Amino acid sequence: MADYTPRFVGTVTKYVFVESPTMTPSALALRAYEVSEGVMIKETCFGLQVTGKPEEVDRLIRRIREFDPAHIFVKDRGFPPGDPRRCRANLGGARPGYLGHEAEFPLLRYVSHGLEALGKGGGAAPEQPAERREKHPLLDIRKLKDLIEEAEES
Amino acid sequence: MAKVFIYPATSLILSDLVARFGHQPLGAALSIRERIQTAGVESPPLQITPEEPKKGLKYAAVEVPSGVRGRMSVYGPLIEAAEAAVIVTDADLAFGCMGCARTDELILFSLRSKDIPILEVEYPRSEEEGVRFVAAIRDFLANLKTEETA
Repeated sequence: MADYTPRFVGTVTKYVFVESPTMTPSALALRAYEVSEGVMIKETCFGLQVTGKPEEVDRLIRRIREFDPAHIFVKDRGFPPGDPRRCRANLGGARPGYLGHEAEFPLLRYVSHGLEALGKGGGAAPEQPAERREKHPLLDIRKLKDLIEEAEES
Repeated sequence: MAKVFIYPATSLILSDLVARFGHQPLGAALSIRERIQTAGVESPPLQITPEEPKKGLKYAAVEVPSGVRGRMSVYGPLIEAAEAAVIVTDADLAFGCMGCARTDELILFSLRSKDIPILEVEYPRSEEEGVRFVAAIRDFLANLKTEETA
């Protein structure tokens, strides 16, 4: 077993996702660089990864959120950017993970709408209770039979 | 500022909303970061060493598979530190192998048996649900502040 010497000790890394009709990840990166003050920024297809001392990263995140408050989302990351165990440059293929982000990304627009609506409307939530969603409706056996027959015919 | 455990522990939406409304989200990344930044024995990809299932004995019995105990060594300290929790009940993304599935059950059981305020919500599937989702989390977190100051 080899010894392990960690890099970037004492830093935090955060993902910044932008899902906005008015701001692209590259535009966000340009504006973030202007206020970075030494925090390491990595531009990605979905936004940024920022790495630095906790208080510096917090300051940068506060500034970044101001650009488009309802459409910028932030979360912690365990690994620093470019870590050889996770970076696809070393793995020689698609990077593992991101499945959770992929699952949540289509829902961000509803959350953005909620943030905007509550921000504009004085913060009152709608009165009527949410209808319970039917949980995982089962596939009808006749429908399944039709699908099998269709597949066999084609 | 309260420490709020989020489930799924990797959720971007929950992590963002909890931080946005002024609290500290407790997610998987914090435990992973702790391991990644601690010197020791090289154990890729997540620096989970053979010591972890032993630490997991605090949260699960010895006959529980080591996979569950290893995972609980990541989540257990976060659950211990949690002062509140937000749970998404229809999170399909939290599926996984038996180790992940049983760990998830144990996480939810541990949270529910702990005497802390818990909010259970479902992911929004429309704009209207989005408003309710954000409002529910915002109001829950605002009440935490009141409870702390009371």
